Amino acid sequence: MSDQQEPALRLKGIVKTFPGVRALDGVDFEVMPGEVHALLGENGAGKSTLMKVLAGMHQPDEGQIIIAGKPVRMTTPIEAKAQGVVLIHQELSLVPEMSAAENIYLGELPLKRFGRVDWTTLFERSNAILKRLNCNFRGEVTVANLSIANQQMVEIARALTVDARVVVFDEPTASLTDAEKVVLFEIINDLKARGVGIVYISHRMDEIFTLSDRITVLRDGAYRGTLTTADTDEDEVTRLMIGRSLDLSRDTAEHSLGEVVLEVRDLSCAPLFKKISFSVRAGEVVGFYGLVGAGRTEIAETLFGLRSPDSGEILVDGSPVQINAPADAIKLGISLVPENRKEQGLVLSMNCRDNMTLPQVQNLTTGPFVSSGAEIAIFDKYRDKLEIKTPSWRQTTRVLSGGNQQKIVIGKWLSMHPRVLIVDEPTRGIDVGSKSEIHMLLRALAAQGYAVIVISSEMPEVLRVSDRIVAMYSGQIMREFTAEQVTEDSLVQAISGIRTSEVA
Amino acid sequence: MLLNRLKAGGPAIAKQGILVAFILFMIVFSLMSDRFLTADNIMSVFRQSAIIGVMAVGVTIVVIGGNLDLSVGSMLSFATVLVVDLHDKIGPELAIPIMVLATLCLGAINGFLIGILRLNSLIVTLGMLSAIQGLVLIYSGGQNVDIVDQRGTWFAIFGRGSVLGIAAPILIFGLMAIIFHVIMSTMPFGRKVYAVGGNPTASVFSGIPRSRVVFTTYLISALCVAVAAIILGSRVMGSQNNVGQGYELQVLAAVILGGTSLLGGAGSILKTVLGVLMLAFIQNGLILMGQPYYTQWLVTWVVIIVAVWLDVAAKRGRLFSPIA
Repeated sequence: MSDQQEPALRLKGIVKTFPGVRALDGVDFEVMPGEVHALLGENGAGKSTLMKVLAGMHQPDEGQIIIAGKPVRMTTPIEAKAQGVVLIHQELSLVPEMSAAENIYLGELPLKRFGRVDWTTLFERSNAILKRLNCNFRGEVTVANLSIANQQMVEIARALTVDARVVVFDEPTASLTDAEKVVLFEIINDLKARGVGIVYISHRMDEIFTLSDRITVLRDGAYRGTLTTADTDEDEVTRLMIGRSLDLSRDTAEHSLGEVVLEVRDLSCAPLFKKISFSVRAGEVVGFYGLVGAGRTEIAETLFGLRSPDSGEILVDGSPVQINAPADAIKLGISLVPENRKEQGLVLSMNCRDNMTLPQVQNLTTGPFVSSGAEIAIFDKYRDKLEIKTPSWRQTTRVLSGGNQQKIVIGKWLSMHPRVLIVDEPTRGIDVGSKSEIHMLLRALAAQGYAVIVISSEMPEVLRVSDRIVAMYSGQIMREFTAEQVTEDSLVQAISGIRTSEVA
Repeated sequence: MLLNRLKAGGPAIAKQGILVAFILFMIVFSLMSDRFLTADNIMSVFRQSAIIGVMAVGVTIVVIGGNLDLSVGSMLSFATVLVVDLHDKIGPELAIPIMVLATLCLGAINGFLIGILRLNSLIVTLGMLSAIQGLVLIYSGGQNVDIVDQRGTWFAIFGRGSVLGIAAPILIFGLMAIIFHVIMSTMPFGRKVYAVGGNPTASVFSGIPRSRVVFTTYLISALCVAVAAIILGSRVMGSQNNVGQGYELQVLAAVILGGTSLLGGAGSILKTVLGVLMLAFIQNGLILMGQPYYTQWLVTWVVIIVAVWLDVAAKRGRLFSPIA
């Protein structure tokens, strides 16, 4: 990056207001050719709005977009693409029924006379791009038949149909496995080597520090500064992001463990998991760590009555139980905070109070009517206890931030006074600040005597909250660690299916 | 403040779109016909809207639960033919409960296929629409049915009677609307319907018995049809085989006009009542203005499109949306 070099893209003083909100307040941002520039900020800090401005989906109220030295105006994503700016969306925006090639050239299919699609050219060109990306599938494949990672490749291939100057990756690794991430990072480095400017948006610090050259931080729609990655650390970035520093140390406060609350013996459900045995005591946090697809979520769903096991026993307080439906699990005091907050955890169109009281609404009645007073009492109690930030219980949960949404789901179960709390990916898509709040909350709940199971694909998270860690690989428990025994290496080995001799 | 909200794209108006449009229509019609705003006319519109209205109450609940019910029209034919035919054979005191049970069975079939087997509600109820019409023709052998002694039967009170000068159909409609509004807005069952319609998966993850809830919404819809059939049979004292034909669309139009989301999870019975009345007043107004009856279909369609547009605009916060 020499000083005389022209930035591939430069945003100057971008202002964008929506009714009642100043979403972007004079933001400056630039990417040099061949640079990976990470864009960071909590949810709602303005990252997505800025990228939509860049992709021509929003018009800025003030400010300039300069591409390769020339100010431009872009009013549609197609125009932005023509200028060499390509956005790779967080949520895949592919047409699943069409072939990969059609998706790659969607909206700009090569045509023959009379508007007929030139299939030969289409497949030739798209296969050339897929080859460049080292993809092991061809353009003729229907997108629905591809894995998520390969679908992401199609999304990336889309970016390469033009001579891209700037490619924006918005949370690209959210649904990728570790192996798939490696491929993605190779592609990013390859693009970088070709002189493309990369904007990389992610919540995951480790990725940002591996990939990026510079980091720009937004907070509350305003520019907070740009750091050179090599000269900074997570601490400084976090402070810039949330305006305070973050306590990342593990809560080691000792609290005594109670009786075994939940025990599982030889639980199997082919082909998802087999011969699973473990137990959780009151006051204990057990972390389940493994790759996506290792069977952890499926075990949780079985314990919650959403799947029926082929064989094995579930014991609560030492006596065997039958769990055929979530209602049974709830009665036994087992509750599940599911992996996907928006699809499984909340009814987004309902308000905060109604979501929180949903499982027990049948019992919160005076006569035949739902008792509004009792409901509000519950909501107020857990709003204060969990520090949920919402103007009122009437707020629909759709508009809350990820952290607050997750707390509503947690509050929903706490208000039922469960014995066992299973939390699946508690901080997925949640910004750093709220993340550490949720970690502390989980520790605090254990201290109050709940038996807590945390399922997570993020190693720092598991290490931080667990008293014991169960490592899973391909539907089996490989090893159990106590917090004192565990090391990152042994954990990685265990979840990759490498058996090591048990160390005493 | 209102001005600010208007600047933001007009959601202030759009949120109350149905009410505003309703008032506008009332003003226009009352200017164009001096008979429109008379007590007589208003009462007669209320009375005529009762049958659609009672059915719309049930369908609103089905739609809030995230499904559709297109079978209510031919179910009405079935129920009316049955109650009228049985009236002279076994007397009204037996005819009514038997008809109600039979109609509930049809609702249970819908509920089983959609709630328990999780089949698509559009396809199931569209199929039921023609299947039940066939059932009616098999039952009646294609003959229309009549009640012979029209003056001597107490069955007449449902369609022709009145209490304190208010026609019975209006009272029944009002009662049904209030009962189900209370159930939907204040009872656990109502909350569960909103939850299942809003997000079926999250409802299951909260221990809500989704299948049972959907099943029950179809029973309620069938019950409403049975009540509508009592009003209709009692008023006409006879029935054609296809008397309910086309009612399903009018009912659905009223539900949509009332702002109930076809995606499920949102809507209100009282607003459906407003939708029902609005459709009825538009049809009545057009007739008073001397328009042929088929104009009402065109106008109804335009009104629904505008209502849906305003509804969507309110959610988007602006009237036009260049990019999705």
